[in-house]
Amino acid sequence: MKKYKKVLVIGSGPIIIGQAAEFDYSGSQCLQVLKELGIKSILINSNPATIMTDETMADVVYLEPITDEFVKKIVIKERPDAVLSSFGGQTALNISKSLAESGFFSKYNVDVLGSNLETIKTAEDRFLFREKMMMMGIAVPEGQIVSTMEKGAEVLKEYGLPLIIRPAYTLGGAGGGLVHTEEEFHEILSKGLHLSSITQCLVEKSIAGYKEVEYEVIRDRDDNTVIICNMENIDPVGIHTGDSIVIAPSQTLSDTDYQNLRDLSINVVKALKIEGACNVQLALDPHSKDCIIIEVNPRVSRSSALASKATGYPIAKISTFIALGQCLDEIINPITGKTYASFEPSIDYIVSKIPRWPFDKFHTANRKLGSQMKATGEVMALGRTFEESFLKAVRSLELKYDHLQDPYFTGWNKEELLDYIAKQDDRRIFAVTEFLRIGGDLEVIYEKTMIDRFFLNKFLKIIKVEQRLAKEELDENFLYYVKSLGFTSSAIARFSHIPIEEVEKKLETYKISPVVKLVDSCAAEFPAVTPYFYQTYEQYDEFEAEPEKKIAIIGSGPIRIGQGIEFDYSCVHSLLACRKRGYKTIMINNNPETCSTDFSMSDRLYFEPLFNEDVLNILKREKPEGVIVQFGGQTSINLAQEIHDAGFKILGTTIENISKSEDRKQFEKLLDDQAINRPIALTLSSRDELDSILPQLVFPVMVRPSFVLGGQFMEIIHEEDDLRQYLKQDILINDDAPLLLDQYIEGLEIEVDGISDGENVCIPGIMEHIERAGVHSGDSMAVYPPVRLFDNVKETVIEMTTKLAKALSIKGIFNIQYMYKKGKVYVIEVNPRASRTVPFLSKMTGISMAQAATDLMLGANFHDIGLVNGLYKTPDFFSVKVPVFSFDKLIGVEPALGPEMKSTGEVIGRDKSLSLALYKGLLAAGIELPHYGNVLFTLSDRDKDETIDLVEKFERLGFLLHATEGTAKYIKDKTGFDVKVVPKIGSAEYNLENYILDGKLDAIINTLSKGKKSNTDGFYLRRAAMERKIPCFTSIDTARVFADVIEYRKKQEMSV
Amino acid sequence: MIFNGKLVLEDGSEFRGVLIGAKLAKSEVGEVVFNTSMVGYQEILSDPSYCDQIICMTYPLIGNYGVSEEFFESRDIFCKGLIVKDICSYPSHFSNDKTLESLLKEKELCGLTNVDTRALTKKLREHGTIKGMVVSINKDTSEVVAKLKNSVLEKQVSKVSFSGEQIFETRGAEKHIVLYDFGSKNNILENLKKSYKVTVVPFDTSFKRIKEINPDGICLSNGPGDPEELQDVIGVVKQLQEEYPIFGICLGHQLLALANGAKTEKMLYGHRGGNHPVKDLETGKVYISSQNHGYVVTDDSLEQANLIPWFINVNDKTVEGIKVKDKAAISVQFHPEHCPGPRDTNFLFNEFKKLMES
Repeated sequence: MKKYKKVLVIGSGPIIIGQAAEFDYSGSQCLQVLKELGIKSILINSNPATIMTDETMADVVYLEPITDEFVKKIVIKERPDAVLSSFGGQTALNISKSLAESGFFSKYNVDVLGSNLETIKTAEDRFLFREKMMMMGIAVPEGQIVSTMEKGAEVLKEYGLPLIIRPAYTLGGAGGGLVHTEEEFHEILSKGLHLSSITQCLVEKSIAGYKEVEYEVIRDRDDNTVIICNMENIDPVGIHTGDSIVIAPSQTLSDTDYQNLRDLSINVVKALKIEGACNVQLALDPHSKDCIIIEVNPRVSRSSALASKATGYPIAKISTFIALGQCLDEIINPITGKTYASFEPSIDYIVSKIPRWPFDKFHTANRKLGSQMKATGEVMALGRTFEESFLKAVRSLELKYDHLQDPYFTGWNKEELLDYIAKQDDRRIFAVTEFLRIGGDLEVIYEKTMIDRFFLNKFLKIIKVEQRLAKEELDENFLYYVKSLGFTSSAIARFSHIPIEEVEKKLETYKISPVVKLVDSCAAEFPAVTPYFYQTYEQYDEFEAEPEKKIAIIGSGPIRIGQGIEFDYSCVHSLLACRKRGYKTIMINNNPETCSTDFSMSDRLYFEPLFNEDVLNILKREKPEGVIVQFGGQTSINLAQEIHDAGFKILGTTIENISKSEDRKQFEKLLDDQAINRPIALTLSSRDELDSILPQLVFPVMVRPSFVLGGQFMEIIHEEDDLRQYLKQDILINDDAPLLLDQYIEGLEIEVDGISDGENVCIPGIMEHIERAGVHSGDSMAVYPPVRLFDNVKETVIEMTTKLAKALSIKGIFNIQYMYKKGKVYVIEVNPRASRTVPFLSKMTGISMAQAATDLMLGANFHDIGLVNGLYKTPDFFSVKVPVFSFDKLIGVEPALGPEMKSTGEVIGRDKSLSLALYKGLLAAGIELPHYGNVLFTLSDRDKDETIDLVEKFERLGFLLHATEGTAKYIKDKTGFDVKVVPKIGSAEYNLENYILDGKLDAIINTLSKGKKSNTDGFYLRRAAMERKIPCFTSIDTARVFADVIEYRKKQEMSV
Repeated sequence: MIFNGKLVLEDGSEFRGVLIGAKLAKSEVGEVVFNTSMVGYQEILSDPSYCDQIICMTYPLIGNYGVSEEFFESRDIFCKGLIVKDICSYPSHFSNDKTLESLLKEKELCGLTNVDTRALTKKLREHGTIKGMVVSINKDTSEVVAKLKNSVLEKQVSKVSFSGEQIFETRGAEKHIVLYDFGSKNNILENLKKSYKVTVVPFDTSFKRIKEINPDGICLSNGPGDPEELQDVIGVVKQLQEEYPIFGICLGHQLLALANGAKTEKMLYGHRGGNHPVKDLETGKVYISSQNHGYVVTDDSLEQANLIPWFINVNDKTVEGIKVKDKAAISVQFHPEHCPGPRDTNFLFNEFKKLMES
């Protein structure tokens, strides 16, 4: 076995749909192992919002774009002797493959650890994989490899419809899908071929309706192979496994089925010679023993993260040992500390995973689920009954469900529900249960969905209990039974038609409360040393009270738009700070992808819904000294009041002060008291009040409902008519949740994160947004340190920040958003919690903000921990945070930027000069930067004047100007430039649509004409551009940066 | 749901549950053991090695795919009870014939559902295997404990071994194997039948009778209970190994070890499940095996008995397989015939074949 001294680890970059926080978890585990073994680690990852990019994780961290060019530079500089690329998703694997194939790695004597190149190629190339499987006599779905549209047509003729199209080498199944019509077939195949890096798609006969089962396999170099976990998708084949509701272990497989699929998985992994973790996806005919292999992922994946959390077996960690040459029987299983990694976990609970989709934010998106993954995150729940596990998962989603019931469907009849079920979207499970609830036939559902009757019967059982609740008296036995099925007290109250207080009183009287059980990977066969827990209703408790001082930290739940991995990052840092100060830490969270739910991060991990009842039950048992709610985003802040009311101490900023900043009226008073400018702000408690407030309104106004994250339903409205139109939408407006109308100031947005002990206030950094107000701060590019702010503005910002922090007696962390226009600084909002810029700013300033804030909450002295009053020292380099979007995965979503947040992740660009930092940022975000080519302008009248200089710049840079008619005329009139007029979509034979589809444009600058109606040409244009990966800018500010970077790059070129 | 039953253990501890299966009048004393397999409950229930035992399944949902003719591992059910967390009333599988509960009723077996099986498992892990009985929730515990203390569980092999000889002809088979039935699982026979003519003989078949049958090899099956009870059989095995190639499985493995002078001892709580890693000491390879045993061959007794350790358990390093020095006799503690459990070690039937050929 070769001893490695220095290993390069490639990360996965920004969070996008199909590649999310799971790679931070696996990457962090990988780095931990390297550290344990004394191997020097070099990391490249462009995503600052990750634990793995912390300075303490790797010996050297490169926050650089993950491209061939940068990886090469790092290798040449660092000279590692090996590279680990199976922990950074498809991104890392693709880079590694490219550099290995080009001979670069061998030239620099870099060994590629883990599975070899040949293996990865065979596993990922559909053609080679199918061939290999067929050689081994393993069944694969019948299908053919297609590289041209002509060949596609032949296959269509041969097989008939429906068909499945799977593009080779794309993320999360991007571009593929099940097609039912010829039209769909041609459209998806053309797109698929375009997206595939090797212009290849597999066209398969559909096996929709088969059971979909996954096996997580680990193999070492000695050919020892074990199964960590198998998982059964409730949704049969046809829906991407990332979008499927998944149960672990499998529920409807007999031992024969289980072993057949196990053998198949092992045989495939052995034949491919995979070393490390591998995910095998299989299909099983529900009517026979026939099974088919769908695909393998020869690396750690979302499924392996899920399997790790589901069983307690740390797959990524063990895979790292294996990649470094160790064998399974030599590696101690860290969960028992006694047994070895070469065993198969046995679990004694049921695991449910439900994906978290972004459709609560993207109202116009096509919600249909298929072979293209659409979920941004997922939740996992554990229970001792299926019902309990499933209901816990449902309420973990944070979609206001307290039960397997969506009020959306209340009152629907069977036909309506069946029609809805046929749509196969994210709410199908709720339509299915509603159908059963109103007496629909289970067999009808089975025929429609092919969801196994086992699961349907379990849902029916839940519904029967609901019906019993309506009729029967809630005595001790019955209440205990209902609780053991996972019902929340609020659901029990609703079905029993009694107040929740009565349910709670009964629970108290009968002494019914959950017990704590341990996750140990071995079904209690061996004593476990790892404190990983869940709650359930059973006879015996495994809870052991500890005398130590404990702090509980409330996590941030599933990754969704507006609440991403940044919050998990802050939670982990808070855990670390508590541990450093000698406290035992309790982590409560339900996201299987992240680092915070790695059992080695906290002293006690509770995998539980972040639902008031579940959280309070844990706190009642653990009796922590304090509860930290500042780091779990809006999730934990929303729980603060109830935690406080239940008698627990919220650490840091008090509940009163939290509501002072969250409650509009109190907040306004606060600002007025401090004589701080704010935009004119009005509220509307009912639609009828509109006329009475109209005189005070100053248009444009920014409207939004209260208490939302990520700017849902947030819009900029320019005139009264539009406002009336807006109010026609289904938005809850009442006294408790009034509609907020703020004067919209189109100025420069400034963002500040601060730390305070109530008396002293440290501002680690001021960030300036590239895009002007109107673009959600989460979707803006942020520059640190700011470049457009004069010193006196900075001074004002520092002064206001300090004043506000003191006025709110902030203890811990906070975030303030400002607006600057015409010499005046306005406060937009104060968040008494960690913001999404905390990891970015922590890394750029060197202050671990979440840790410092936690220190202060625990009573540390402000100065002792290195904080200073006022602005912290500014580094001599520039950093840019660039948002990353997943529009290509979400059909129907408007890609134009606006006040609603849309990005799924972020990257960083950092360098000595701002231009270089911006360049790296755009590169890391995957935006292609052409040096010349065709640029198209299509502008709204409002924006034309201020865009002229940008037009001139593109002309100067040698781009050929294109524009739609009106814009072209304007440009010609103003500048006299030669502008090619591109006919509007649908207007001429060869129009804008053809230009885009044929790839004739290299960049598009398109500002929105009015409102944001999705059905306009502009929408179509932006969607088409996005699908063809043509950079398309809806904010002139972003476009300007784009042009600046191109200009900068051109200057670097040699002239002739 | 009303808790109407309980499992009482010899030390007085109780685990409440809801009664399933036969009427309580049929309830019997058994040794309570746990099995960590997540699937294969029917194969486990019908494995004669569980004779006189009450089985606690650690996986909570049992009965999900019902019961099928196909999955029986013997002609009957010999265990004394089944303890589960959540028995499935609406099984779903294309091969499903009936619910698990209806099988329990049919076989007059008492059971409990809604039991905190994890707590019971922990109890067994800490205390060791212990006698117990399913009774009504209102039954006086001390009475049950007294009964448990007075009951003796023994001679299980004689209860499960088939009384007559059975011959299975296999087309084209060149070799003839005798399978000693100490409570054999069907799949041992199925594996042997693939290649050989098989004569299944009762556990007390004499050496003389084997000479008359004149087989090419002997397979010693699995079976229940304490191997040391079978002194006569041990004597026969001693003679057999001088003449025939032998392949021992589970109890058969323990008998082969005892026949050579090694020792066996009762384990604290045994190995029962489908996830036990065993290491082949000759190749260094690790296999996941299906296991069900409460006794084990002690490793310090091997050397003086001329036995070579062949497999060991990766977790607790116990003896999992042996080879008899200078003889064509091998045996394994685990179940290469699987059913239920992983098939990783099924190749050992080939090792037996090689043994007969050499």
